Amino acid sequence: MSEENGLIYRISGPVVTAVGISPRMYEVVRVGDEGLMGEVIELHGDQSVIQVYEETSGIRPGEPVIRTGQTLSVKLGPGLLTQIYDGIQRPLEDLEETMGVFITRGVDADGLDLTKKWEFNATASVGDEVSGGSIIGFVQETETVEHRIMVPPGPGGKIASIESGEFDITTTVCTLEDGTEVAMMQEWPVRTPRPFIQKNAPDVPLVTGQRILDFLFPLAKGGTAGIPGPFGAGKTVTQQQLARWSDAQIVVYIGCGERGNEMTEVLTEFPHLMDPNTGKPLMNRTTMIANTSNMPVAAREASVYTGITIAEYFRDMGYDVALMADSTSRWAEAMREISSRLEEMPGEEGYPAYLSSRLAEFYERAGRVQTLGGDDGSVSVIGAVSPPGGDISEPVSQGTLRIVKVFWGLDAGLARQRHFPAINWLSSYSLYPQALDQWYRDNIASDFPEVRTKISSLLQVEAELQEIVQLVGSDALPMDQQLTLEVARMIREFFLQQNAFHDVDTFSQLGLQYEMAKAILTFQEESEKAMAGGAGLEEVVNVPARTDLMRGRFEEGYAERIGKLLGEMSKQIAGTMEDN
Amino acid sequence: MSGKEYRTITDVKGPLVFLEKTEPVSYGEIVQLRLSDGTMKNGQVLDTSDDQVIVQVFEGTASVDRQTGVKFLGDVFRLPVSKGLIGRILDGAGKPRDGGPEIVAEEMADIIGAAINPYSRESPEQFIQTGISAIDACTSLVRGQKLPIFSASGLPHNDIALQIARQAKLVGSDDDFVVVFCAMGITAEEYNFFVHDLERTGALENAALFVNLADDPAVERLITPRLALTAAEYLAFEHDYHVLVIYTDMTNYCESLRQIGAAREEVPGRRGYPGYMYTDLAMLYERAGMVKGKKGSITQFPILTMPGDDITHPIPDLSGYITEGQIVISRELHQKGIYPPINVLPSLSRLMNAGIGEGKTREDHKSVSDQLYAAYAGGRELRGLVAIVGEDALNERDLQLLKFADIFEDQFLRQSRDEDRSISEGTLDLAWDLLTNIDTKYLVRLDQKWIDKYHPTESKS
Repeated sequence: MSEENGLIYRISGPVVTAVGISPRMYEVVRVGDEGLMGEVIELHGDQSVIQVYEETSGIRPGEPVIRTGQTLSVKLGPGLLTQIYDGIQRPLEDLEETMGVFITRGVDADGLDLTKKWEFNATASVGDEVSGGSIIGFVQETETVEHRIMVPPGPGGKIASIESGEFDITTTVCTLEDGTEVAMMQEWPVRTPRPFIQKNAPDVPLVTGQRILDFLFPLAKGGTAGIPGPFGAGKTVTQQQLARWSDAQIVVYIGCGERGNEMTEVLTEFPHLMDPNTGKPLMNRTTMIANTSNMPVAAREASVYTGITIAEYFRDMGYDVALMADSTSRWAEAMREISSRLEEMPGEEGYPAYLSSRLAEFYERAGRVQTLGGDDGSVSVIGAVSPPGGDISEPVSQGTLRIVKVFWGLDAGLARQRHFPAINWLSSYSLYPQALDQWYRDNIASDFPEVRTKISSLLQVEAELQEIVQLVGSDALPMDQQLTLEVARMIREFFLQQNAFHDVDTFSQLGLQYEMAKAILTFQEESEKAMAGGAGLEEVVNVPARTDLMRGRFEEGYAERIGKLLGEMSKQIAGTMEDN
Repeated sequence: MSGKEYRTITDVKGPLVFLEKTEPVSYGEIVQLRLSDGTMKNGQVLDTSDDQVIVQVFEGTASVDRQTGVKFLGDVFRLPVSKGLIGRILDGAGKPRDGGPEIVAEEMADIIGAAINPYSRESPEQFIQTGISAIDACTSLVRGQKLPIFSASGLPHNDIALQIARQAKLVGSDDDFVVVFCAMGITAEEYNFFVHDLERTGALENAALFVNLADDPAVERLITPRLALTAAEYLAFEHDYHVLVIYTDMTNYCESLRQIGAAREEVPGRRGYPGYMYTDLAMLYERAGMVKGKKGSITQFPILTMPGDDITHPIPDLSGYITEGQIVISRELHQKGIYPPINVLPSLSRLMNAGIGEGKTREDHKSVSDQLYAAYAGGRELRGLVAIVGEDALNERDLQLLKFADIFEDQFLRQSRDEDRSISEGTLDLAWDLLTNIDTKYLVRLDQKWIDKYHPTESKS
């Protein structure tokens, strides 16, 4: 059956129509004399419509189309980490070896090295009752990550034999009594979510070290976030910051239809960046998928599925996984391009009518779950959206916002003022704080939620006052309101702004974030007191210790010194009263 | 291929010709049409099946009739490439336009080009000094970058592009750039302007020109930039040249793309442009870069005119999502008589951070650049406020910023068309001089150590 052959009938860009075969939907087929990889996306009478993952020029009608009987799948096992793949899990390093620096076509490459030997350490033993998803051993894949070997989802049984030692990933390391053989590698179809027992409510934050995100608009482990923004507002920088500093154990980064040079930047930089939680290179916990904008569009469509399947696989080991997709708009455009070649009836702005359901299905694969093996694992999904003209009323942004729980709205105006991260604190939101507050109280400070509320309401008040200032100038405001403006400015410039390219400022521990926020509130309180005692606004605002406190965040050891700097500032502010 | 000639045209629609009953024809194949009067036209297969073949005709379909002979050449579009391209002027289809001989090919290169494996790219991080302060300080260009100029009709984008072409150099290196210039639908007048300027400065000998003018076939514009980039890739990656590709005007290119889309009755995306325009543009812009193990590089300067000065129009919008930043030309500054009228606020270079700093430009570059931005942005915002409440309502800091914005435009942005400022003495020192107009306590973007070292009046050295 799987060797059934057909012929090409028509070619239109990445879409090829074949006759003479009757494949299943989403089955992988080999197209043309060069055997290009394609996937069946529509059956139409005796015609099968195929999206081809490689460039189709030079192919002609009459060339063969061969069924494989398989659906598009990824290989899962030791060797995934530190890899960089294209949209259909071909390692880019292997492609370079076989075809040079330019990506030509018709070359196959296994997603995992099938010959490399890994040290398998069995943790289960003969006679143990296991089921699909049970962990039977591990491989120390990188310095920091233990790759747990699981029985593939499906029925289980008693272990008949299991052996530690050096094996390649296709060799059987464990047999069950019913004869099922388990190797370190398993395969999984990318368009099917991997199974789990149940979804749990997310109640632990994904700490990113980015102050505005962690403090004001937190994302939970297993949550979903959307970052829409016009070009130049910092989507990619934000995504890369998350990939660098999130306290996830595994990071999957999908560069979907984006710039080649940016992927290169990530590739050259990650091996040298250290994970603040482990002190080891970040690359050790990262898998990357790069399908740049000029690589075949059908493979771009597949890339997000490839990525999320890998993320789910690590989740099933009991890890917290963070997945960044940059950008989901390019994925949606790939769907639109294919859909238009299929001459489907378009929905809004030419996008296919199934756009929003595809988006929903994708984000729904995020979540904190009880795995089949009984562990607690999560996949957090952060999707960048690139709305045309920065206008988020378009279908991809709207489709995304209906699903995600966190909205980090990037703002071109802030970017122009070089306020980075250019996340608008008035329009952004997170639906997680309530679920997370208990965690903050237990782990950071008992008044953490209250401090957050004060900070965000100060920003609200500022926005209202700014409207008046636009009309009458700030000097016309009463002193206490002028102080509020100063405090809000401090929040913006000292707290919300964060320099991704500064060695120290790029990452703030949650505890420090809290200290900084408290420092701002202390400044407000002390200043109010001083001004009530006769000090002038200019005097309290200009105490040198405040500048030291603010500039100090760029220096190493700030977390240890902030208390002292704060004390000095309070002293100086109190001093302004005595001068009067 | 022996080449059968078919006379089976059924439909002709805009630039497209539909044929039936051919032997299998490959997708993307090159086609030759022979009209009854003997004129030859060229085309390319856009869609092929057993029953019908759709051909896009580059020179337009005027005079094509049902008797026109159609021959499939059995190959995709190729450009003869060689070092001999340097110093030559070719037309939009790659034929000599300067009266010179045909190009003797060292290789026949497929013009579609293949994607560079992201793994094989080299990170661009060599600073290119353009001698224009606005660009060097605030939107620094690096080798291998693609940085478009977003302009609009009536603005001096051509002067700026030429000034960059003339002055671009690597600091501390005498490697020269070869310029590949690609004209798409520009007027003969604009074209002459470019050629004369390149001639005047002797740059023409170091340039390859691909020219499709406003009265040349519109569909041909779809291949002209691909020819130019194919030549650029060959020169960069086979002969180690550092290539600067200037193409103008991307807006005309996109118009042609829309024309083809409409003729094929495709479902249009925004404003009638095809849904695949992002991918199509990416296949041009992404051909910039540096590659491991090769000495050469391709740096791109696409010029596009924003219809109605609208940066959210699909052409600048999609370009901005692909390119590594943009240089935005401002009508307001132009009307104030400032050249180059570059508005640094919406301008951006994404690769800037990799190319500046100690050992590349100067250690204080990033700080200075951030401070210039912040101060200028603040000053410009205050202009709006002053128009309503008057200067009296401003405090000391705001007054200084307001004044700074004027000084910045007048002394930092403004420079003459042949003024070539060096990054350190010419641009950054000038920036420090101008920043003395603001009290240091308001210069919060500057690290104290740079104030101590570089501030003209506060420095400790």
